[in-house]
Amino acid sequence: MAAVMPQLTNPLAPPPATSRLLLSGNEAVARAVWESGVRVAAAYPGTPATEIIESLARYPDLHAEWSVNEKVSMEVALGASMTGARSFCAMKHVGLNVASDCLMTMTITGAYGGLVVAVADDVGLSSSQNEQDSRFWGRFAHLPVLEPADSQEAYEMTKFAFGLSEQYETPVLLRLTTRICHVKGLVVVGEREAHEPAGFVKNPERWVMVPAHARMRIPSLFQRDETLRGVSEASPLNVLEPGSDRSVGFVASGPAYMHVKEAFPNAPVLKLGMSHPWPPEKMRALAAMCDTLVVVEETEQLLETEVRAAGIACHGKDVLPKMGELSPQVLLPAVNRLLGREVPPPPPAAAPLKVFPRPPTLCASCPHMGIYYTLSQIKNIIVSGDIGCYTLGAGHPWNALDTTICMGATMGVALGMDKGRGAADKNKRILAVIGDSTFMHMGMQGLLDITYNKGNVTVLLLDNNTTGMTGGQATPASGKDIHGKEAPRVDLAKVVEALGVPNERIKVVDPYELPVLFKTIRDEIKIEGPSVIIARRPCVLIDDFKPFRPYLVEEDKCTGCGNCLEVGCPAIHVTSREKVIKPSGKEVELAFVNIDNQACTGCGLCVQPCAPDAIQHVPRRDIPIHIVKT
Amino acid sequence: MSQNDITNILVCGIGGQGVMTATEILAEAAIAEGHDVKKTEVAGMAQRGGVVTSHLRFGRKVLSPQIEPGTVQVLLGFEGAEALRWSHYLRPDGLALVNNAKLVPPVVELGLFDYPEDPTGQMRAAGRRVVSFDAMSIARDLGEVRLGNTVMLGAIADYLPFSPDVLLACIVKRFARKGDQVVEANRKAFAAGREAVARQLGASVNNPAAHA
Repeated sequence: MAAVMPQLTNPLAPPPATSRLLLSGNEAVARAVWESGVRVAAAYPGTPATEIIESLARYPDLHAEWSVNEKVSMEVALGASMTGARSFCAMKHVGLNVASDCLMTMTITGAYGGLVVAVADDVGLSSSQNEQDSRFWGRFAHLPVLEPADSQEAYEMTKFAFGLSEQYETPVLLRLTTRICHVKGLVVVGEREAHEPAGFVKNPERWVMVPAHARMRIPSLFQRDETLRGVSEASPLNVLEPGSDRSVGFVASGPAYMHVKEAFPNAPVLKLGMSHPWPPEKMRALAAMCDTLVVVEETEQLLETEVRAAGIACHGKDVLPKMGELSPQVLLPAVNRLLGREVPPPPPAAAPLKVFPRPPTLCASCPHMGIYYTLSQIKNIIVSGDIGCYTLGAGHPWNALDTTICMGATMGVALGMDKGRGAADKNKRILAVIGDSTFMHMGMQGLLDITYNKGNVTVLLLDNNTTGMTGGQATPASGKDIHGKEAPRVDLAKVVEALGVPNERIKVVDPYELPVLFKTIRDEIKIEGPSVIIARRPCVLIDDFKPFRPYLVEEDKCTGCGNCLEVGCPAIHVTSREKVIKPSGKEVELAFVNIDNQACTGCGLCVQPCAPDAIQHVPRRDIPIHIVKT
Repeated sequence: MSQNDITNILVCGIGGQGVMTATEILAEAAIAEGHDVKKTEVAGMAQRGGVVTSHLRFGRKVLSPQIEPGTVQVLLGFEGAEALRWSHYLRPDGLALVNNAKLVPPVVELGLFDYPEDPTGQMRAAGRRVVSFDAMSIARDLGEVRLGNTVMLGAIADYLPFSPDVLLACIVKRFARKGDQVVEANRKAFAAGREAVARQLGASVNNPAAHA
């Protein structure tokens, strides 16, 4: 243990009010949530929103949690709000799909304590299976939508949102995008305000959503829309900047506003901070002052359609892209062309030079490599997959994952394939791969469907004791809570058994033990009915992982067969290649390898397929100091 | 507002190399100098050995956070092929400072793609101003490979629109709690990074980030 040091200031205390901090949008939202006196904040990890709750967990005086999925996180926030507590939940765009069942009725009950839902759109798909425009939820659920354009605004709008929520008893959607969440900018922060919950008030007509009660409350949604339109019209969040060159004017929100200001600094702009309901009078005033109106929005053609429906002529997606991020260099040529102006030449950049792609890889010693190496060796299988690091199994060298749709989908997809297949797939075995965190998020129900409906599916449950893809967050099966403190640990094997998988069809294996893993999969896929193989090894990025003694390649023994490369480890490198003609007359390319012993953490996966036993432990004297276990 | 006020620094490399931390320290230095700052990453699933770029923009008032092709004053490359990948982001008078590291991904080892023979040579052939050096062996000579990032920061220190001392002060502040020995090692690494570039460029070269 380190020596005891006198602690002058608490390093964990939040920076004081009036501090000017370099914060990401996520960190800025977290700070504002804390300052707003929120008592409960919940989320399931998801890029680009993960760091909001991660930051909040470091603040005192509130309950922050990793919920098992986004729907539960929203229900937790709603329950807290029912007691009068201020509450918050955060999710990525696809998370709101999961939570939408709660959202669509929560909008009818409304909020009691201020309730803000942050939803982060992964515009440009940096780490998601699709691209979605969460602004639609504001229309669908009759909820106000706030759209900050940078970290300072994210901070200010979050604080504003809690007041708005309480004043109009409405949940508020805070729509973020990757370029808000993951951009750092300067933010001046303030004090935390105390906010004591007023207490739950028994009121079945409000909180018990049966048809008779909901029917009474639905008209209030339409009324609230109208009231909020008035708020929007008067709100300083919606600013009409008159500009000086009125040949073209813009409507923009979120990051799009910054791109407009950079590309057309002198044009009039209606900057929408509260983008739904939007202010019709301000919109008309803008339209009246400029010759051409362009609606600039990421990503879908939403506001533009509404503006046109209000009888205001405008352009938008006729000249701008409907997907991906906008930027000044996207706006400049598109708008100038629209205006019939000469398009200013882009900066004199040389064209990009061609460089190999560098897709994400599994880490050295990643237990998933054992799984995909093994699956790549088995013929006549269909492997349905899911969302997580293990989606990378679809890539090289394994090419061992055949489907990925959404969180937990692997189970239903596999069952559907089993029930739907005809003669073409009769002889194939169907497997479903899912991670531990995804299994608890939305996979358990799918497994129940497999057992209940007598599906013939072999499930590989990859238990790496964490939510790996988003950076290693705790789960109900990791025995830790969001603060890293001890928490009840769910036993996945027992869960699987409780969901109806016969005890003798539940196997727990070590994904580093390739022969056992191979045999277990081969045996289980031959047996009719559901099986679950739990492959258990900690993710290499979490504390539970302890590196082993690294390996090296004995140069004189390596025959260049390349078997080890099929494991897909990023620590194995080719030192030379050689073309040889085999006795059969077939030409093959040999690849002689070495192992980067700074990167190798000794899982031994590559040792097992090495035919000539060329991969050996590094001599003890050469072991890098970070290796603690041999 | 004139975009000439804005300094664009692009830092690129591979997940795990320290690209984001280096950019964070550069951002702190710009803030210490009174600039408005925006810093953004295109990381995606970079934790898993993928491409990472960190965009740093600073000046009187920064609007759009992303840097666009052809507008970078200084490109700080943590890896040769990655510097080559992003070299079209440089302005014609921009400067690329590139660590000679060669990190070869599995797709290349599998023989699906080729790693460029001489990435910095290819950049020079395309008319880029490039200084390349081996930050890791400089760090190793100083006794600790983890000093590589500070060597990288030293390399860019003379090509910022403010004094190298501002950047050094931010590095010192970051390591202060680790004790004098660590601070001293980082000072040496910083100086070695500056020297590695100066040795090749000489003092006469224009600083592309200096505002007229």
